[in-house]
Amino acid sequence: MIRDRLSGNAAVALAMKQINPDVVGAFPITPSTEIPEHFSQYVADGEVGTEFIAVESEHSAMSTCIGASAAGARAMTASSSAGLAYMYELLYVAASMRLPIVMTVANRALSGPININNDHSDSMGARDSGWIQMYAETNQEAYDNLIQAVIISERSRLPVMCCQDGFITSHGVSNIELLEDEVVREFVGEYEPENYLLKHENPLAVGPYGTSPYYMEVKREQAQAMKDSMPIILDVGRKYAELTGRSYKFFEEYMMDDADVAIVVMGSSAGTGKEAVDRLRAEGQRVGLIKLRTFRPFPRRPLAAAMCKVKAVAIMDKAESFSNSGGPLFNEARNSLYDLPAKPFAINYIYGLGGRDIRVEDYYNIFKELYIVLENDDPSDVYRYVGVRDSRFVDEEQRMVKEVYRPGAAKSYGQNREEYEV
Amino acid sequence: MAYDLKKEVNKKDRLAGGHRLCAGCGAGITVRTVLRALKEEDKAVVGNATSCLEVSTFMYPYTAYEDSYIHTAFENAAATMSGVEAAYNVLKRKGKIQDTFKFIVFGGDGGTYDIGFQSLSGALERGHDMVYVCYDNEAYMNTGIQRSSSTPRFADATTSPAGISLPGKQQNKKDLTAIVAAHGSPYVAQTTFLGNMKDLHEKAYKAIYTPGATFLNVLSPCPRGWRYEAENLPEICKLAVETCVWPMFEVEDGVWRLTYEPKKKLPVEEFLSKQGRFAHMFKPGNEWTIEETQKYVDKKWEELLYKCSRNA
Repeated sequence: MIRDRLSGNAAVALAMKQINPDVVGAFPITPSTEIPEHFSQYVADGEVGTEFIAVESEHSAMSTCIGASAAGARAMTASSSAGLAYMYELLYVAASMRLPIVMTVANRALSGPININNDHSDSMGARDSGWIQMYAETNQEAYDNLIQAVIISERSRLPVMCCQDGFITSHGVSNIELLEDEVVREFVGEYEPENYLLKHENPLAVGPYGTSPYYMEVKREQAQAMKDSMPIILDVGRKYAELTGRSYKFFEEYMMDDADVAIVVMGSSAGTGKEAVDRLRAEGQRVGLIKLRTFRPFPRRPLAAAMCKVKAVAIMDKAESFSNSGGPLFNEARNSLYDLPAKPFAINYIYGLGGRDIRVEDYYNIFKELYIVLENDDPSDVYRYVGVRDSRFVDEEQRMVKEVYRPGAAKSYGQNREEYEV
Repeated sequence: MAYDLKKEVNKKDRLAGGHRLCAGCGAGITVRTVLRALKEEDKAVVGNATSCLEVSTFMYPYTAYEDSYIHTAFENAAATMSGVEAAYNVLKRKGKIQDTFKFIVFGGDGGTYDIGFQSLSGALERGHDMVYVCYDNEAYMNTGIQRSSSTPRFADATTSPAGISLPGKQQNKKDLTAIVAAHGSPYVAQTTFLGNMKDLHEKAYKAIYTPGATFLNVLSPCPRGWRYEAENLPEICKLAVETCVWPMFEVEDGVWRLTYEPKKKLPVEEFLSKQGRFAHMFKPGNEWTIEETQKYVDKKWEELLYKCSRNA
């Protein structure tokens, strides 16, 4: 065990050095630029045996990874924001080919307006591409997730995206415990694919034209693989815990056992949330937090069971999906509660877009609002913003629901309900 | 090594029959001829941009290729093969692979001149040991004959139709072979199907066995888009060369060389009149379009002769 102080990017680049992948194709983009920089230095210094392809775009970065992985090599890349968006088409291709590509993402807002700071809109946009997605709170988790991702990816035959928060984690230097190079190399082992383009015994053709009689089975198999990745993620987490003492599952529960209300959050903002929980606990408030690590596969049943320990949850989205019904995490997390006979109120907070700070005080307010929901026994409008100048929506939907679609149905719906009370 | 067509065609085909390309299509001929130039003992990975060729030769669960094959998308065939080549280098270094593999990419003009141009340029600059073969049929045939930057001026395509006000495409064809040569690629050549296919075969061999990122631009006519009868394919190719609409040349380490010089340069009408896509140019009042075409072909031919003479 080596103790050090590293930024998230340096930690991730170091993990890549220790993994020593066969091929890295990467293109710089803030805030993940340092990863290919550090890594190409490892190549230049002969510390890895990797073919580093300095491509002309992220689109080609993902394309080279697909080519390399199909050819039988262990392939990795790094990206952020617009770079990840530029890869979108190929993300689907990589997943459908069942290629174990591992990508480290320093999450950053999407344009426009152009913004280099953190939110999750980039990887959330890729949520339906068929990649496993893991989110890290700290540089330690970014490092640990990446090492585990190699095995998870190769065993599930699904590509894995390892996300950390841009600048906050990627550039923030903090303490970290590292494994020795040999320990990592032994943990990830050699990549021995079953079939690949360069196999001596028989050629392989990949990327067919899949007509309607075949296409749907491919998608069904991808969906099955995503389900099958769940026990793999737990198994790899267990083995990693034996090695490091740090245990990883689908999510972390913080002060949840006797909690009345809780936050559900991903990434670095969980750290701030835990601080708020600690301070409120010191004042005697029974508050808790759930930090989601794997957004894909979405741990539907375990997460629902954890959320059911409390009476109200605030589900935090660092991405807006312009759906008119809240952010992506909210929709999936709340959906997971639907079949349960008794479920907590679930409120959505969109926060932190484009690097807007979320402070301990913001969490105080969120917990306060959860208690108000409990007191009123009414969720009011569940689609909320925090930390923005104008947080209340002008909401014509309720009038429409009442007057046009289902007269009477608008009762107890929304925060302007008095105005529209039937 | 003297070229012997009879010997060549008796080799095992690396593109099997039964693929779904049209009769009289140039793409299949390009692929078969290029792959025939591989040494029989060498293995290959064939890459492919989304195209007529791709959907016709690898429709699940059938592949027409005897070699390994990869298709990922329309615009990234060169980058995809860059990854395959990089994997080969590292796995070879590790001793995991003993075979010799060659890497050959096929893209249409859409996937090469246009949407895949950046990916191609990147791969050329990085110098991966591979051949990129453009089978140039001068429009987006897979989606129904829309114009590309390779479509010649005045051609009637479905997004540059000949109408009452406009006589087909307004712009001249992009000179991609020269642009690729400007990358400093060790071997770049332009060719088509002529006679016993010696020219294409020899250029393919050089392209495959010259180390680095090499490029072949093969005029590969399309009977649907160009509107000719399938059996007229060889004549169309011959006229493209004899009119100097499609000159045959190669650029080896920066040295330009004509590989075929017509004894008597034919007027462009000879090439244009055999194809439905240029039919409107022969209507009364459109004589100027033929004159403009002739002027442009003459100018490009003179430029090419100049480039070749400088190296003589």
